[in-house]
Amino acid sequence: MLQMVVCVKQVPDTAEVRIDPRTNTLVRAGVPAIINPFDAHAVEAAVRLKEKYGGRVTALSMGPLQAEEVLRRALGMGADRAILLTDRAFAGSDTLATSYILARAIEALSRETPVDLVFCGKQAIDGDTAQVGPGIATRLGFTQLTYCMAIDAVDLEQGYIQVQRKLEGKREIIRGRLPALLTVVKDLNELSYLSLPALIRAALATITTWNKDNLDLDPAQIGLKGSPTSVRRIFAPPARPGGEIIPGEPRAAAATLVARLVQMKIIADK
Amino acid sequence: MPADTANTGYRGVWVFIEQVGGEVAPVSWELLGAGRQLADALGVELAGVLLGQGVAGLVTEAWAYGADKVYLVEDPVLGPYRTAPYARALVQLVKEYKPEILLLGATSLGRDLSGAVATSLGTGLTADCTSLTIDPETRLLEQTRPAFGGNVMATILCRRHRPQMATVRPRVMPMPSRQEDRRGELVRVDMAFNEAEARAEVIEIIEEKNKAIYLDRAEIIVAGGRGVGSKENFRLLEELAGVLGGTLGASRAAVEAGWLPPEYQVGQTGTTVRPKVYFAIGISGAIQHLVGMQGADVIVAVNNDPQAPIFKIATYGIVGDFREVVPALTAEFHRQLAPGPG
Repeated sequence: MLQMVVCVKQVPDTAEVRIDPRTNTLVRAGVPAIINPFDAHAVEAAVRLKEKYGGRVTALSMGPLQAEEVLRRALGMGADRAILLTDRAFAGSDTLATSYILARAIEALSRETPVDLVFCGKQAIDGDTAQVGPGIATRLGFTQLTYCMAIDAVDLEQGYIQVQRKLEGKREIIRGRLPALLTVVKDLNELSYLSLPALIRAALATITTWNKDNLDLDPAQIGLKGSPTSVRRIFAPPARPGGEIIPGEPRAAAATLVARLVQMKIIADK
Repeated sequence: MPADTANTGYRGVWVFIEQVGGEVAPVSWELLGAGRQLADALGVELAGVLLGQGVAGLVTEAWAYGADKVYLVEDPVLGPYRTAPYARALVQLVKEYKPEILLLGATSLGRDLSGAVATSLGTGLTADCTSLTIDPETRLLEQTRPAFGGNVMATILCRRHRPQMATVRPRVMPMPSRQEDRRGELVRVDMAFNEAEARAEVIEIIEEKNKAIYLDRAEIIVAGGRGVGSKENFRLLEELAGVLGGTLGASRAAVEAGWLPPEYQVGQTGTTVRPKVYFAIGISGAIQHLVGMQGADVIVAVNNDPQAPIFKIATYGIVGDFREVVPALTAEFHRQLAPGPG
């Protein structure tokens, strides 16, 4: 019986974010909030392990109340229960503070039944930091296995998990001691279709919410106060000079352009 | 648990020198170049940190790329990379020698390690910085990175905690020149490790032969986007890349359409590239794409929409149907690059 926790985050669908070509500004209106795509694969992985080895999958998210939506999605995919960590005091948490809050929640779950595996997406598409997974693993003292693209075996008796990690141009096969934290890439699995009964069950399910008092947190380690990084300023990306349009019919324009590039010696004359 | 670290006593700029099997990730040298400038601005030392087994031969390389000092920890447990012993070694070195800045490459290894180390130290970590500067008044590291999908740049500070940690993607910083005879100091640090603390055993590392494309090192990239329209049409781009000895690339839209595999993707969720010439064919220029390729020396855009944002940042643009323009470019390069008179 595997006790598993999957961390999921609600993010804006950045694929839907577009630039207004006239004003050159980001169009965010109507951009849907979705489950972080990598986290969906993390849920899928945990549910599949449950089907194979037996066990329980708890979906865990930190965010405002509307983040409940991604937890329902996780329940629809086969998670057994969902917990939302929500409190005004959590607002402004950077990755260090976020990993602290999530790790404390997982510790609370572990006091019920020891957790064997924690899953996270490799990174969230809004922040792209890839820091929260390693942060949780470090705080819990779990084996850290990032960029998992395959899970070869789990052996509860021997207490290990064997995975394949996706590295630059390489694949690493590594066996780690349980308990472990895995961050996953999309190659790990294909998402299953959600069945209607599962979706209905998920829609009706009760989602537990925990606030800061449920977790016995050190107030100095959460929210803005617990975040060592701060934003000094934001600004528009510097414009790149250029923008010369080469006129003419395709062939004439091509000839002009190629002559320029060859002249600049950027493309070598063989 | 982490509390505010007193800033006093933290001095110097460190770069983690990433090696696997004795082969150094080039981003480490790029970071020594960036670290050199930071160290000079602060008037402090630049040090490299080298962890591994049988890697002492790399110390002279680190000096040649600008390190004044190299901290070297060698142990069989550090042979294959595992998070726990690497993190412990780096944390221990930081606690003992107290650098004010620690830089790592934003590779899979660097991201795996930096997240663990920053958490243990209870300090701030800024991922994927595109610019690192020193505020002369406060001596703080100004860490600039794309935010909100790359539409804005954000400058992040880590005011009260040390070291200030940042990762930088490969090819974002220029490669410094190698100074053959430059020498520095070597600090060998002995630490005791045991295999059990690694918590993991690397069984095998398999090279992905068919995925051996090195977008981040390519000098010429011919990239296609949604406007290319089909997998078949990418053949035209392949021919252009072929005549130039370049590599194909793709926007997220082209990858999601299944026209090219994900390892060809350039942009925020793909690879950051810094080629000499980047051809953007049928790519409108979503900001998520631009952040991954605007470091190119020359950008050539081909698009039939004169309003496409890509033209704003392209060095040269041709407005037209790529199905006519790209073959014309291929033919012209073929003609103008042909050996012989003319």
